[in-house]
Amino acid sequence: MASCQKEIVRLMHRYLDGELVSGEKRKLKAHLESCDNCQQHFLELKKTIAFVQSASHLQAPEGFTENVLLSLPKEVKTIGMQRWIRKHPFFVAASLFLTLMTGGFFSLWQQETENFAFTKHENLQVENDTVIIPAGEKVKGDIVVENGNIRIEGEVQGNVTVINGEQYMASAGNVTGDIEEIDEAFGWMWFKLKKTAAGVFD
Amino acid sequence: MELIVQRRIKQVLKGDQNAFGEIVELYKDKVYQICYRMLWDRYEAEDAAQETFIKAFINIHTYDPGKKFATWLYRIATNLCIDRIRKKKPDYHLDAEVAGTEGLNMYSQVASAEKLPEEAVENLELKETIQAAIFKLPEKYRSVIVLKYIEELQLQEIAEILELPLGTVKTRVHRGREALRKYLRNV
Repeated sequence: MASCQKEIVRLMHRYLDGELVSGEKRKLKAHLESCDNCQQHFLELKKTIAFVQSASHLQAPEGFTENVLLSLPKEVKTIGMQRWIRKHPFFVAASLFLTLMTGGFFSLWQQETENFAFTKHENLQVENDTVIIPAGEKVKGDIVVENGNIRIEGEVQGNVTVINGEQYMASAGNVTGDIEEIDEAFGWMWFKLKKTAAGVFD
Repeated sequence: MELIVQRRIKQVLKGDQNAFGEIVELYKDKVYQICYRMLWDRYEAEDAAQETFIKAFINIHTYDPGKKFATWLYRIATNLCIDRIRKKKPDYHLDAEVAGTEGLNMYSQVASAEKLPEEAVENLELKETIQAAIFKLPEKYRSVIVLKYIEELQLQEIAEILELPLGTVKTRVHRGREALRKYLRNV
C-alpha cells in the first residue's frame, strides 16, 4: 500500500503540473476509482490549490510609485533638458538658430580684430599700427583702417573710417568727406552691412 | 506590453526617471504581491517591493533585453524576500505569529465596526488561514508556490527566476503542495 501510494502521489503531482501522457492518466484514474485513500488525497490537493489561488489579487499601497521615484538617485540634469527639448521643438530650433548666428558673427568679429589692415594708397606711411598721411601729401579716395590708428597731417579727399582704432587729426590735416570711428561689434556689423548693401547696389 | 517596457527601459538607461515610473506602475501590484505572500507583513512587503524597484533602477544596465523583463524583476524581488527571511530567522516565527494575530485583530475590528455579514468574516478568516499556511512553508517551497499559484507563472519561468534547474523546481512544487495539503486539509 505504502509503495503504491508513493508512486500514485507522484502521478498526482505530475498530473497537476499537466505532464501526464494519456496512458498514465488512465492509470491514475483507475487507481483513484479503486482506492479511497488516494482519492481523498487527490481531492485535498485540488482543494489546497483552489484555496491558494483564491488568495491572489493584492494591490500595492497608494502612493507606491511616487515613493519609489522619490527614493531614486538624483536624475542627471541633461535628461530634464532633453525632455524639455522634446516638448518645445520650435522654441529650441529658434534659439539654436539665434545662438549659432550670433556665435558665428562674434567669432568673425573676434577673428578680424586680430588683423591690422588699411586701404592702400601711394602716399601713406605706416608706423607700427598707425597709418600716417604725411604733411603736404594728398590722398585721393576713401581710407579704411581696421585694428589700427590713423594720423592725418596732410589731406584726404574722401571719407576716413577707423575700425577698432583712433584717428588723430593734426591742425594742418584736412578731410573732405566724413570721419567715422567704429569700436563696437554692433557698429562694425552695421558698417559691414552698409558696405555689402552698397556693393549690391553698385 | 513587453514592447512598451523595452522602450521605457531604453529611456531609463539614458537616465529618464519618468519612464521608470511607468515601469513601476505596470509591475507594482505583482511585485508587492510576491513580497506580501513571502513576508506576510504589509509594511515589510511595501518596503521590500520598493527596494526591488530601486535595485532594478540602479542595476538596469545589467538587464539583458533579450530576456523577459518580468523574470529579471521577480528574481530581484524573490531574492530580496529570501534575504529578509534568512536575516530574521532566529525570531521570525514568533514575529510571524504576532503579525498574524495583528492581522486577525485588525480584521475583527473592521468587522465589528462595519458589521460585516458573518459570511464575509468567515471569508476573511479563511484568507488569513490560507496566508498562514503559505507562510508556514519553508522559504524554498514558499517561493515556488507563490510564483506558481499566485503569480500563475510557468514552471520554466519559475526556474529562470530562481535560477534553479527545472527538476528542482518541480520537486519543490510537489513538496510545497503536499505540505500545504497537510495544513489545509481540515479547513
